Amino acid sequence: MSFTARDIPFTILCVAMLGALVWMFFLNPLLAAQLSINGLVIGALYGVVAMCFVLIYKASQIVNFAQGEFLLVGAWVCWFLLTDLQLPFFWGFLFTLVFMTLFGIALQVIVLRPMIGEPIISVIMVTIGLSIFFQALMKWMFGVFVQPFPPIFETSTVNLFGIMPVQTAYLFSLVLSLVVMLGFAWFFKFSRMGLAMRATAFDQQVAQSLGISIKVVFAISWAIAAVVSALAGVTVGIVNGVSSELSFYGIKVFPAVIVGGLDSIVGSIIGGLIIGLLEGMAQFYDSEILNFGNLITVAPFYVLVIILMIKPYGLFGTRDIERV
Amino acid sequence: MADTTPVLEIDHVSLRFGGIKALTDVQFDVRPRELFSIIGPNGAGKTSMLNCISGRYKPTEGRVVFKGQDITGRSPNDRASLGIGRTFQNLALFGHMSVLDNIMVGRHHLLKNNFITGALYWIGGAQKEELEHRRKVEDIIDFLEIQHVRKAMAGTLSYGLRKRVELARAMAIEPDLILLDEPMAGMNLEEKEDMARFIVDLNEEWGMTVVMIEHDMGVVMDISHRVMVLDFGKQIAIGLPEDVRANDHVKKAYLGEEDEFIEALERETGDLKEDA
Repeated sequence: MSFTARDIPFTILCVAMLGALVWMFFLNPLLAAQLSINGLVIGALYGVVAMCFVLIYKASQIVNFAQGEFLLVGAWVCWFLLTDLQLPFFWGFLFTLVFMTLFGIALQVIVLRPMIGEPIISVIMVTIGLSIFFQALMKWMFGVFVQPFPPIFETSTVNLFGIMPVQTAYLFSLVLSLVVMLGFAWFFKFSRMGLAMRATAFDQQVAQSLGISIKVVFAISWAIAAVVSALAGVTVGIVNGVSSELSFYGIKVFPAVIVGGLDSIVGSIIGGLIIGLLEGMAQFYDSEILNFGNLITVAPFYVLVIILMIKPYGLFGTRDIERV
Repeated sequence: MADTTPVLEIDHVSLRFGGIKALTDVQFDVRPRELFSIIGPNGAGKTSMLNCISGRYKPTEGRVVFKGQDITGRSPNDRASLGIGRTFQNLALFGHMSVLDNIMVGRHHLLKNNFITGALYWIGGAQKEELEHRRKVEDIIDFLEIQHVRKAMAGTLSYGLRKRVELARAMAIEPDLILLDEPMAGMNLEEKEDMARFIVDLNEEWGMTVVMIEHDMGVVMDISHRVMVLDFGKQIAIGLPEDVRANDHVKKAYLGEEDEFIEALERETGDLKEDA
């Protein structure tokens, strides 16, 4: 691939971003480092959730608007197990994952399987409906107030390199994200089901002719998406408490996915990290210089719009992909 | 050929899409280790017929019986597991995967180890199983002479090689019946000869029953045991290649309504021969 005039806007964007990143460290190194690390940790979570989103998209071409509600449901279920049933964290977490596996499969079998063969846009509408439904259901069951998790780690922050306080939950989530990512890489490269899923993503008809049940593949992809999102939901819940705010992660996934490319698993992770870092930067410049307030919330969506304008297929996406 | 119960029976199959009759009352059977060809003009319903066998389409009427078992309502993946493999008219390889991975996808339904037993790689027999599968895959690769590209991305290969990899993938599911949809379309003479040889060996050495759609009459008449001709979804002839070639309906289907002209032409050449 050679450098053409079409690449110029994207190059300018990259240079500007890097420049802003470096400049941040000149202005206030400690705060910059802290926000960058926090940004990367959150970004890893975005990456993991975005990966689930891409997984479903690749397997079945469905844009899942209910992705954020997976986080919400997972976090609430875990919270319920820990506070109402007083389970220790390990068991509560494990049961949450088991529950979410079944939840994902059930959702696919009951709601989405009958939609196979219907126009994709109808299926996407169904996911929007699911999103609203679960939002309301969770509010009805658990109330509208933020509920904190019981303390899980003995110390709530650790000092990184002796100077930088980082939340223990964030470290936990970083390790978890890395494990999930490596697990995914292994799964797709070496496992039988992973290979079957790649085959299905490529061509459902051919996959079937080779003895792969696409119904099973779809169910598994939804189950994985539900479980992994719940992981993210619980870790965020530990830090910020559980509330319907969590489902906003489902929206944050869009910038990450658009930056990375809608059909690239690797791209989604990198996109997530970029968006996380970008939020850190936005927060830095907002508090140090600009004083707009809340730039952190909107910055990812500015990038979403810019990327769509100058590089619509993202960093790693297939060029001729159909946009929904 | 001691066993004469058919591998595949097509029992009065009709297929309609709305008002269009893709297939009308087609009936044939394929015997074990037979090389059976389906020919016909464009749009005659050949691929629809193949899709009815592989499960892509469900016949509107009639039954598809495979090894004595009615599979009309079974899903395509079930049928693949039962032993029906197929290739596609348009290349349908997984372009971003290596040749080896492409073929390994075909082993999917034969792999028994799951996540748990796979984690106990050496103890649970997963290693043994994998080695065994790799050996089978290597056999297929050797047979089709694609050793030199096994690590290459499928999307980067030449057309002829891709067709071969696709055949390898269909063979990997160890089917009893293999459906080939125009295996030689778009090939040059040399590639066609290679492919014809592979198909014959597949049939004779590997003992697979083959149902093939092909446009190259020379190859079809050469290697097929029996031939069926479809025209506008109707079965107009079935039998030995020479009988089919001599069939008047077939000539008409292929040469159109101008057959009087052809007949005249033949008479004339005949006369010429007699003169000589």
